Amino acid sequence: MSTHVHKVAMAQFSPVLGDVGANLDKHLSYVREAVEARAKILVFPELGLTGYQTQDLTLEVARPVHHPEIQLLVDASREIDILFSFVEEAEDYRFYVSAVYASGGSILHIHRKAYLPTYGMFDERRYFAAGDSFETFRTALGKTGVMICEDAWHLSSPYLLAMNGATVVFVPASSPWRNAMAAEDLGSHAFWRQLLQTYAQLLGLHVVFVNRVGYEDGVHFYGGSGVVGPDGSWIAQAKSNEETLVFAEIDVRATRRARYTTPLVRDERMDIVKRQLDGILRRGSTHA
Amino acid sequence: MRESVAAALQVNEPLTTSILEGFLREEVQKSGFHKVLFGLSGGIDSALSAYLAARALGPNHVHAVLMPYRTSSPASLADAMEVVKDLGIPHTVVDISGSVDAYFAQMDDKLGEPASPLRRGNRMARERMCTLYDLSAAQGALVVGTSNKTELLLGYGTQFGDMASALNPIGDLYKCQVRQLSAYVGVPKSILEKAPSADLWEDQTDENELGFTYDDADEILYQWVDLRLSPAEIVERGADAKLVDHIVRRVQRNQYKRRLPIIAKLSSRTIGIDFRYLRDWGL
Repeated sequence: MSTHVHKVAMAQFSPVLGDVGANLDKHLSYVREAVEARAKILVFPELGLTGYQTQDLTLEVARPVHHPEIQLLVDASREIDILFSFVEEAEDYRFYVSAVYASGGSILHIHRKAYLPTYGMFDERRYFAAGDSFETFRTALGKTGVMICEDAWHLSSPYLLAMNGATVVFVPASSPWRNAMAAEDLGSHAFWRQLLQTYAQLLGLHVVFVNRVGYEDGVHFYGGSGVVGPDGSWIAQAKSNEETLVFAEIDVRATRRARYTTPLVRDERMDIVKRQLDGILRRGSTHA
Repeated sequence: MRESVAAALQVNEPLTTSILEGFLREEVQKSGFHKVLFGLSGGIDSALSAYLAARALGPNHVHAVLMPYRTSSPASLADAMEVVKDLGIPHTVVDISGSVDAYFAQMDDKLGEPASPLRRGNRMARERMCTLYDLSAAQGALVVGTSNKTELLLGYGTQFGDMASALNPIGDLYKCQVRQLSAYVGVPKSILEKAPSADLWEDQTDENELGFTYDDADEILYQWVDLRLSPAEIVERGADAKLVDHIVRRVQRNQYKRRLPIIAKLSSRTIGIDFRYLRDWGL
């Protein structure tokens, strides 16, 4: 495979709620499968180690990053880069929805979910503390960044990552089907697809979306994992509703071409954004 | 039970009683009712509910339903009658032997084997529930629950049977707290002192069937549920590791009994998920 092309694996699966041990075993078995398939990066869904609606299990399933169970996955990254997600217990005992990017046996980056939804069926802020930044880090794919599920429903998140130099964005998610009555493509599924396609095109980057499947107390997670290229087309797509390990080949030359042909990122005027945001914040005309 | 835990579990009797009386009065009257009814078994839990309800609503607005089965201990019925007399509340005795026996005569024949004690016990509990809800409609009275926190957590009850009610004044009291409050409100001594029993078969006692004492369960549950200590920490503080593990698993396994059936989410607003209103909605 050319040095420009990187095989990414996406583990679309159904975690067992509250059973870190069982989910860890599942993670490790996907690691073996992805290594055998010669993938370079393996991405897991949001809270793949714990399940999504942890509620009062939060205290039980939370792990500090140096916990042996977390370390097992970090060690496994000697063979393949791994992005996985769990309830992270910080030193000051705040609990975050976090994603760890591990490579070569150590942690390259931890992203803490910044946007914790508390509307509709969601209750995350009740249990979790919010992260406060979108940083990039360097991998074989170039500069990359992470948005966890709801992070991606805020325009500024991918914008900040792109301005920070990201050319690939990972989006681990636990996104439920919120309305099956919506015509055609169902509910949030259609919205997610539009969203990711638009980000990929506007910001000239690859988006790697990994959403879980399965049920939790009647809430159904649809999957629909896949990769969108900088032209807004889907390079790979998992089937909805089933556990599967899907692969995509990311060719960074596509980003090069897209960014030359349609240089939106180059032409972005961060000075305008900064000036106006400063003004808006100074005038206090926002609740942010 | 360790002294420190026993002390922590002590309730302020006048305060707790007044909160529970207020709860019964307000939640019943808000729903447009003035009366309640409940199964009175002769045990301590339903006796406490009876005393609380009589204090809250007045003896004439409280109806005790005694529902013996033919193998029920005569002492249970006598104890229940003592509560009825002491409180001066109206009561009805409904013998459930006929309907339960008729059901199993048919089912044992169909299934070709006699029903297990578990099935028989569940059927009796649900027969009593059916009777209470029928009388509820007949009398315009709400069904008051009589399950305490210990048995709700342990799942030591029949789903849609004795666990069913419209409102439950004692569901947040551990068994030891039920005992304390029962003594305070004047539950008869014979009830306070006898071994707790579901009385589903002869010589049954709860603690024999469960395999541990209520005091041991309360001590572990309080530390795990209320103090949020981990099972390992509870063992560190002197509890038996096997018992802690057994009780924790029991609570987890029986979570389904404490919840309404789960509904598959399809629409943008799903009952139980994102259609959220209190039961007091509109009252």
